[in-house]
Amino acid sequence: MDVTGHAIIAEGLRKRYGDTEALAGFDLAVPAGTVCGLLGPNGAGKTTAVRILTTLVRPDAGRAEVAGFDVVRRADQARYRIGLVGQHAALDEVLSGRQNLVMFGRLHHLGPAAARRRAEELLERFGLAGTGGKPVKQYSGGMRRRLDLAVGLILSPPVLFLDEPTTGLDPRGREEVWEAVGTLAASGTTVLLTTQYLEEADRLAGQVCVVDAGRVIAEGTPAELKAAIGGDRIDIVAAEAAGVPAVAALAVRVAGAEPDTDAAARRVSVPVRDRVAALTDLVRALDEAGVQAEDIVLRRPTLDDVFLHLTGHHQTRSTTRTEAA
Amino acid sequence: MNGTTTRDADRPLTAAPAVPPPPRGPLGRLGWALADGWTITVRDLTHWVRRPAQIIVGLLFPVMVVLIFGYVFGGGMVVPGGGDYREFLMPGMFAMTMVFGIEATFTAVANDIGKGVTDRFRSLPMARSAVVTGRGAADMLNSALGLAAMIVCGLAVGWRWHNGPGAALAAVGLLLLLRFALLWAGVYLGLITKNPEAVMAVQILVWPLGFLSNTFAAPATMPGWLAAIAEWNPMSATVSAARELFGNPGWGGDSFAAQHAMALAVIWPVVLLAVFFPLSVRRYRRLSH
Repeated sequence: MDVTGHAIIAEGLRKRYGDTEALAGFDLAVPAGTVCGLLGPNGAGKTTAVRILTTLVRPDAGRAEVAGFDVVRRADQARYRIGLVGQHAALDEVLSGRQNLVMFGRLHHLGPAAARRRAEELLERFGLAGTGGKPVKQYSGGMRRRLDLAVGLILSPPVLFLDEPTTGLDPRGREEVWEAVGTLAASGTTVLLTTQYLEEADRLAGQVCVVDAGRVIAEGTPAELKAAIGGDRIDIVAAEAAGVPAVAALAVRVAGAEPDTDAAARRVSVPVRDRVAALTDLVRALDEAGVQAEDIVLRRPTLDDVFLHLTGHHQTRSTTRTEAA
Repeated sequence: MNGTTTRDADRPLTAAPAVPPPPRGPLGRLGWALADGWTITVRDLTHWVRRPAQIIVGLLFPVMVVLIFGYVFGGGMVVPGGGDYREFLMPGMFAMTMVFGIEATFTAVANDIGKGVTDRFRSLPMARSAVVTGRGAADMLNSALGLAAMIVCGLAVGWRWHNGPGAALAAVGLLLLLRFALLWAGVYLGLITKNPEAVMAVQILVWPLGFLSNTFAAPATMPGWLAAIAEWNPMSATVSAARELFGNPGWGGDSFAAQHAMALAVIWPVVLLAVFFPLSVRRYRRLSH
């Protein structure tokens, strides 16, 4: 932690891979003891930011400090103070959970006895005591991710990085990981997590930074961001292209908000406050005006809405799951 | 999760175990690097214990090749200059075992990169060189064991060394030198492909290296261009040198490569090392770019 009480500081980080600018002036300041979520689509630069902050990659420009140590010049010191849980469970599949923990403990320079003791403690903590002898290959996705977390916590690092910690997990596995992260946060660990899911940031993070095209484009509490996006939305697909302006006009009148219009898809999307009343009013208004609608959908805001709202463009590299969220 | 695990929030997670500070001097750093390398080696050796079947299959495969060539095809094989075919065959099989070890190295390196294990190692406060030195030590031990098993197999089928234990040990040294050089080729290929499934592609490279050699037949019996490849194959140099040192029948030959097999058995691995060691180090460093 530096004098300002921040556990993670990044200033003007830049990183280019060939023609792609992964980070284009990335700034971040995470107060110690808080959970910060980096929210953004695939390719936004979240993972590159985490890789620089965890000393794996050198930035082309800019500087970053973690737990008070420069990640390039004092990387060896920084590594003692961070835990990294990447997108894929980075474990030895042949070894048992216990053997993995002992090996990584030894690589943290714990003595043999201390490494074994720590392994038992962590297995117990993460509900893996009964399965500690099984090869990791036989673990479920949730168990792997919990073991992965445990490995990241061998030294109880003050700063923990989680790169899309629940990607590829089923709902039960996701819940397990969320619970574990919540406990860590409660014990004062600073956590930086990346996610594509608004729901996940909402659940875990006190502060959310929205990342797009290699920089942070907005930040705030989940409540602030949601307020900015608005709550529920109604999407109306006009039966004919000519009907789109009429639908948009009706949407403005009923919802009292400016709709987003996608002419090509004949879709008008408008934020609403009282969802049921707004839906009823809109259907009635369409009917009275004699405007044909092909489809009317009431839906929760998605990450795409955040992006549309903040950047004025849809996620260019969006994943299917964000659409389904 | 059984529900009792992550909810006891009052238990301090911050009770971090004490760790020694990183060493300052060069000797301390070397000790550190060796200790970390050994941890990685132990990890790989633990795989043997946990997957004994894999090891046994790995050891049995070359034994099977010996039996097929020694007894099935061997009857039809004539060793130029006379001599027992199985005596001729065994040094080639020893070298083949060394060359095929590259697949294990490749798979392990590519697997660790692909799964993010290498990145996790690199995020730890450990010696960075240990990731590779530990792997290398484990692979050399593995190949030494494989070679020992092949020697036992050879003794069982009637192969002997005839020039005393000193020359026999020198031959073993040359064989392990070849393995050591190819270790770095395996590391390099693993680092660039990052995909363990690409081992098929490596096999396509390795099998010709193994068979386009003087292991099973004398190059003199092959078409001219093929004979040239087989004679100049780095593996052939090691095989010829090993035959000479063990006192086993060889195929002779009057080309430069055949005449200087002993020197080439040292030069070839050194050249391979000079190419692949720096390439591997550079590639490993480039992981942070």
